This record gives sequence, structure tokens and C-alpha cells, in this order.
Amino acid sequence: MKLFDNIKDNLDKISVDTLKERAEAIKNAIPKPSPAKNKNENKKDKKEDIPADSVKCPSCNKIIEKKALGKLKICPECGRLFRMNAKDRIKAIADKDSFKEMDINMEADNPLDFPDYSAKIKGLQEKTGLKDAVKTGICTIGGYECAIGVMDSGFMMGSMGSVVGEKLTRIFEYGTEHKIPVVIFTCSGGARMQEGIVSLMQMAKVSAAAAKHSEAGQLYVTVLTDPTTGGVTASFAMLGDIILAEPKTLVGFAGRRVIEQTIKQKLPDEFQTSEFLLEHGFVDAIVEREKLPDVLATILKLHNCKKEVED
Amino acid sequence: MPAYDNVRIARKITRPTALDYINHIFEDFVELHGDRGFRDDKAVVGGIASLNGVPVTVLGIQKGKTMEENIERNFGQPHPEGYRKALRLMYQAEKFHRPIINFINTSGAYPGLGAEERGQGEAIARNLMVMASLKVPTISIIIGEGGSGGALALAVTDRVWMLENSVYAVLSPEGFASILWKDAKRAEEAADLMKITASDLLDMGIIEKIIKEVDGGCQNDFGFTANLLKAKLEAELEILMAKDTDTLLKERYDRFRSFGIFKE
Ligand SMILES: [Zn+2]
Repeated sequence: MKLFDNIKDNLDKISVDTLKERAEAIKNAIPKPSPAKNKNENKKDKKEDIPADSVKCPSCNKIIEKKALGKLKICPECGRLFRMNAKDRIKAIADKDSFKEMDINMEADNPLDFPDYSAKIKGLQEKTGLKDAVKTGICTIGGYECAIGVMDSGFMMGSMGSVVGEKLTRIFEYGTEHKIPVVIFTCSGGARMQEGIVSLMQMAKVSAAAAKHSEAGQLYVTVLTDPTTGGVTASFAMLGDIILAEPKTLVGFAGRRVIEQTIKQKLPDEFQTSEFLLEHGFVDAIVEREKLPDVLATILKLHNCKKEVED
Repeated sequence: MPAYDNVRIARKITRPTALDYINHIFEDFVELHGDRGFRDDKAVVGGIASLNGVPVTVLGIQKGKTMEENIERNFGQPHPEGYRKALRLMYQAEKFHRPIINFINTSGAYPGLGAEERGQGEAIARNLMVMASLKVPTISIIIGEGGSGGALALAVTDRVWMLENSVYAVLSPEGFASILWKDAKRAEEAADLMKITASDLLDMGIIEKIIKEVDGGCQNDFGFTANLLKAKLEAELEILMAKDTDTLLKERYDRFRSFGIFKE
């Protein structure tokens, strides 16, 4: 105890800054292997032995023909859910031809004049056919009308900048005005770093719009898909009246690596999975991917939502 | 001055804390503890007090000034129960029609096992949503570090002010540099790029007011900054309390609704 007290007395005299600087200096003094380079090499190796029309399932390690994953992107060998892009997801959830997209042409500007951000956006737009990381619009599910937002992890890891924030805010406002529910499929690495504080403000903006929608007595359902993290978890993902999640989905606030470095212990495998959240009381239900349209339709029906009648 | 100099000043262990301001600016402060669900998070302080005769609710994210105190305060990094304590006291303020004044100083919400188990994301999200429609005037002041969602969780308010040398950012410059460039050593460069200083954020319309500090930071003359802040709070509360609830809520909604830069 004496020894500890001595250390503590000394610690009081130096500032946290100095401690941080010292820790940084020690860290920098340790030579480290270049993990980035190794990773690239690994990637290359993998690519070489997997045919272009196939993928390696990260769960069962089998090489699977992309076609064999089917519309719902499920590994035929082990049932692992592959990530779905927004277009495929909407096809799987919305009634046929019912989706009417909103704000189709909205795209990112560059609030911080961040170097290369505009070029990066442009490149991704060409590669993915998306304008940004969310598609929004109105549709029917099982005949029930709703406003829907589907995030796409293929576009800068689904990160939330001004476009994602604005489009989602608009569907909440649309839902409030037209008295219809909002359904959002989340998947995001969190805030869009390149937009700095403006991306942080999107969390408040969307949450405020969700609050108005809620005060108007309207239903909001979130479906958490892999991965849902950071500022998206800490805003609209966790604000649904009903929160559903796909099985074995990563959902959390802080990153696993950051937590492991902070608490200096290894985290269990099931940490931050949808099953972990269910156990701790933060998810209403885990729903198999193929059952999502029926479950959503039932939830909408039980809230007396408007049923579109075909002429 | 490079933005990272502000980061250094904002993080100084001698920088006045939330309780320093609360004790200086208000009378009759009664500290109230606990979230009524799990435990009392000492990284968040709150209670009731009087500002020149007006009853108010005050909240703060509290750092320590010694290693011992910092361990007790978890270095000003709240757990979910800290945000839920704040939420409880904000609901209480609404019930008794008290304005709310928040002093924010955190590098961020705590990234830990228990924090995740108890729903750090949910706790922050809930505060954002509830604060957007609290029917009482709200003001927040970033007095040191305004770190990401952990700071925003107390900053969805009618007015957001910053002390001159405080910083407010989507994440730390170190984190920013290591995510984008895989190199935390480029933090100084990141700080300039990120627009995190009070004057940058005033220019961008993210905050309404800057509270002056003496050269080198407000630890060199605490009374100067604290008295200035007190006068500004009194004047601003008078303005906000004169507004009817609908106007107050509409203006708060519009304040956050306006954030976002995009093309269409
Ligand atoms: Zn498989």
C-alpha cells in the first residue's frame, strides 16, 4: 500500500497530458511489424485461389458460388448471413414494385474541405451505383404502407454524414406528416469522419425528427443488421418502439479493439452480438432473415397501419 | 494558433471542472445522486441550485484534478448510468419547470465491457431524443473537451456555448488520425483539419457563443471566465424563459434540423 501511495503522490504532480505523451513515446519506441502490408498480402493470396464468381464463407470457410447464396445472401452450407446491399434488401422486404425512392439525387458535399473526400465519394458512386450510404422511400410490406430507410455497408461502411442524416430525417418528417410508420434497417460503422462535427450533429438531427414522429403517435421499427455501431447505435438504431435484429449481428457503441485496449482484457466472442443485446435487454427480438417481411407485416398490422388496397 | 494547442489546454489537469463552475456560479447547490436503476456514476454530477434567485437544474461531466479523483470520476468518461442519471434529473427539471444548464467536459463515453452490457448506445440515444423535446429552456457549455456522442448526450440544447480554449469533435484528433491515416502521431495535423476549436465551430454555426479565457487558459484566472459565464447565463435564461413552449421547441428543432451540408 505504501508503495502504491508513493506512486500516486508522484502521479499527482504530473499532468495527464504528460502521462499520455510519455505513454505515446514508449509506444512509438517499440518497433512494430507492418500489419497493413501483411494484410494486403493476405488479401491478395486469398483472391488468387477464389474464382471471381465465388466467395469464401467466413463461418464455414467453404468456397461458395455467389449465385448459390440466393436472393437473401445466405450461405447454403452453414446458414451464415452475408451482408445485403440496400437494393437487394428492399427487394426482399418491400412488396413487389411498391418501393418509391425519395431524394434519389442527394449527394455529399465536403463540409471540412477534407482532402480527397469528394474524389472518394465519386469513386464509390461509380463502383456501387449508390449516391451515398442509405436508400429511403415509401413502400408497402404485406400491404401495409410505411416509410423505409435501408443503409448500405458497401458505401463507406454505411457511415453517417449529412446525406444519411438528412434522408433519414426526411422520412421521419414524411412519416409524421402522413401518419405512417417508419422502418429503418441499420448497418453502419458510425459517424462519417470526413464530415467531422457535422456528422456528429446528424445524430441529434435524426433523433429529434424521430422524437416528433413518436410524439405524433406513430410507430418506428428498427431492424439491426451487421454491423450496427458507433453513432448510429447511439442514435436512431436504439430508438425504435420495436427493435428487431438479425441473428449473429454485430451491434455496439464502442469498437471491440478500443474496448480491449481500454480494459486490457480480451472480450468474449459473443460480446456485442445481437444475441448479447437480447440477453441484456436492448433488442426486442431476433428474427431470421427470411421471416423479416412477415414479422414486419404483422407488427404493422397490429398497429392498425393503413393497408394499401389494390384497385 | 494551431488547433492542437487548444486540445492541450482543454485537457490540462488544472483546467477548472464542472463542479468548479457549478459552485462558483450558483447558490444553494444540492447535489442529487443516482440513476435509480443501477448505481451512481461519479463521472456525471447533477442537482438543483439557484441562479440569481431562479431555481435551475445543473448537470456536468466531471473530471478529477488528481489521479485519485480521476480514478473515482473515471477520468470524466460516463457509463450509461451516468447518462441515465442526467436523464432522470432532466425529466425532474421539466416537471418542476426549471431550466437546465449543462457543463460538458469529457473525452467521450467510456468504452468498456459493463458500459456495453448496460447499453451505452441506448443511453446516449435516449438523451438525444428526450432532450430534443424537453419543455424547459436548456443551455450547454463545453468547458474542456467535448468528445463525440458522449458529449452530445448532454448538448441537444437551445444554446450551445464553448469556452474559448475548449474543443468539440466527432472524435479525438488521435482517434481521427489513427482511423483515417493509421497513424495517431498525426493528431496535430488532424486537429487542424477537423475544425474543432470554438472559433471554427462558431463560424460553422454549430455553437452560438464563445466565452473568453485569459491567455494560456482559464485556469490562470478562473474568476474572469466564471463571472463572464455567469453574466451571460443570466441574460440568456431571461431571453429563453420569456419564450412560450411551442416557440422554444420549434427553435430547438430548427437549430438541429439545419445541420448538414449536401447537394441535391
Ligand atoms: Zn458458410
